[in-house]
Amino acid sequence: MSPVTTWVPQDAAALSVGADEVAAALSAAGAQVRRNGSRGLLWAEPLVEVESDAGRVGFAEVTPADIPRVMAVDTAHPGYLGVVDDHPWLSGQQRVSFARVGLVEPTSLSSYEEHDGWLGLRRALSMSRAAVVEEVVASGLRGRGGAGFPAGIKWRTVAERDAPQKFVCCNFDEGDSGTFADRMIVEGDPFTLIEGMAIAGYAVGATEGYVYVRSEYPHAVATLRHAIDLAYEQGFLGADALGSGVRFELYVRVGAGAYICGEESSMLDSLEGKRGEVRAKPPIPAISGLFGAPTLVNNVLTLCAVPAILASGGAAYAQLGRGRSLGTQVFQLAGNVARGGIVELPFGVTLRELVEDWGGGTRSGRPVRAVQVGGPLGAYVAPHQLDTPMDYEEFAGIEAMVGHGGIVVFDDTVDMARMARFAFEFCSVESCGKCTPCRLGSARGVDVMDEVLAGRNVEANLTLINDLCETMTKGSLCAMGGLTPMPVRSALRHWPEDFEKRAQREEVR
Amino acid sequence: MVADQAPATRRARTDVVRAIATARMTDRGPLMPILHDVMAEFGYIERDDVIAIADVLNLSIADVHGVVSFYTDFRTTAPPDHTVALCRGEACQAVGAEALYAAARAAAATGDYGPGTEVEQVFCYGNCALGPSGTIDGRLFGRLDEDRLTALTQEWRS
Repeated sequence: MSPVTTWVPQDAAALSVGADEVAAALSAAGAQVRRNGSRGLLWAEPLVEVESDAGRVGFAEVTPADIPRVMAVDTAHPGYLGVVDDHPWLSGQQRVSFARVGLVEPTSLSSYEEHDGWLGLRRALSMSRAAVVEEVVASGLRGRGGAGFPAGIKWRTVAERDAPQKFVCCNFDEGDSGTFADRMIVEGDPFTLIEGMAIAGYAVGATEGYVYVRSEYPHAVATLRHAIDLAYEQGFLGADALGSGVRFELYVRVGAGAYICGEESSMLDSLEGKRGEVRAKPPIPAISGLFGAPTLVNNVLTLCAVPAILASGGAAYAQLGRGRSLGTQVFQLAGNVARGGIVELPFGVTLRELVEDWGGGTRSGRPVRAVQVGGPLGAYVAPHQLDTPMDYEEFAGIEAMVGHGGIVVFDDTVDMARMARFAFEFCSVESCGKCTPCRLGSARGVDVMDEVLAGRNVEANLTLINDLCETMTKGSLCAMGGLTPMPVRSALRHWPEDFEKRAQREEVR
Repeated sequence: MVADQAPATRRARTDVVRAIATARMTDRGPLMPILHDVMAEFGYIERDDVIAIADVLNLSIADVHGVVSFYTDFRTTAPPDHTVALCRGEACQAVGAEALYAAARAAAATGDYGPGTEVEQVFCYGNCALGPSGTIDGRLFGRLDEDRLTALTQEWRS
């Protein structure tokens, strides 16, 4: 009898809850163990799949003690999920960017090819550079890093510059709490990013690309470096990509623990070997970016959407989504949520569907009180707003933002005044210090919130907080200082009871 | 500490740092990779390293010092024997990270994690669906609680 073939994720999230121990136990028990990325059902990690005649069947939250039952495909096991592809949590999604993640061995080039890898790059290289740019314009793709700027317009700006040297930089400094899609796609399917960058390099006329990865992601760094080495060996990167005569060199650079380097101009300064301080704009990086050269800066997910867009055409991608939010968004369910993980769907799904249907409500079982969408600089959304569709303009309409698609759920034990204080604290720790509203405003915000939390002069201090928020919003150089007021003000707007009459309330308790 | 080292040791370290910097000189913007290499080699970046790197790259000492001091990862003193780093991002806070961080700080202060253990804050490991998250000597763990931290730090105390 041939040994049982099993799949155990090597994604950092799976490793953090014991995937390596499970893999070792499976090997010791005689199973063949293959390593994949995570299927995105992070609530089920370590999720072990066993190959069967019906397909890959899954078991959730496997420990070494479960191994005999898993290898015997015991359908009575409490973690038995059935055929993973048919599980409603996955089959209800529409995976475009994440199509291969969890299915393939991350650094297997043959597996990548079998699953439609390089189709986008091959098609791009058969087209003119300008036609590739227009394909991205037609897709309606907007920057997935948070700002939502139309990617095609940015590509066109760089492409039209006449310069001896241009660069493509991938912003992989995914520092927002509640976001992990960049990490998971690079750990689970790194060739997609490499392909997206090679296409971008060809389209805008850049011969060098840099991926700026945060140091908190060592597994992603290792996987990406390995994948780049393989891509060079097989001629997908280098002086003559795919024999087309097109040169594209790709390098990985690692950050050093600075949230602000997720801001594109700070990232460029860091890449240049400087302090990661924000640059004043203009000029925009597309005109004068890395070392002063025209530079295309895109987020990981933006670049990872590109191979599919080139393979199937921009028009097909633009069929998905709604309004001016086209294509799919990779939503990340996090925080106090029963079923956290990756949910890729076209724009237009409501926040309630994501939090309640996919997320299953809170992990604690208590009522949802607040949902922070779009990272630490995004608004806290109240329960009465949960029916808002995920759409850039709809979210702007409720003074919130979609951002990078991170969704952090809080139950009714959360103290929103403390979360407002934390927004200032985070900004004061991570501010680059270049502009005064951000550097001093955030520190002052912490001080004033401490007064509010102590119940001293609450009304006057809240007026001060509002003034401070206005100054930071209007006077900061970048989104760090400019958007820190967004979570603060949303907390004040929806949960004023957590701020007001604090001293008396504490006494009553 | 520099002052405690014998001159020969100091010279040897400076030679290594100069070799690291020289090997990266042809890279574009080589300072960050050089500092990472020095961290990997020695665990921290000391004053003489800064001077040596500045000399090799033809930068001012202030420029190199400014970069070292900007980034959290670059230490200027020897690292502790063991590091427990806990995430204080919003997603982990939603599942009790603040209480866990406070408890871990208190435990480290009273020596519960053994001598030479430092507890530090981190903002996000990208493990936001399985919080509270943290690393222990660089290894990532999810679904942490106080008992688990005590158990995981037991290894180096027994």
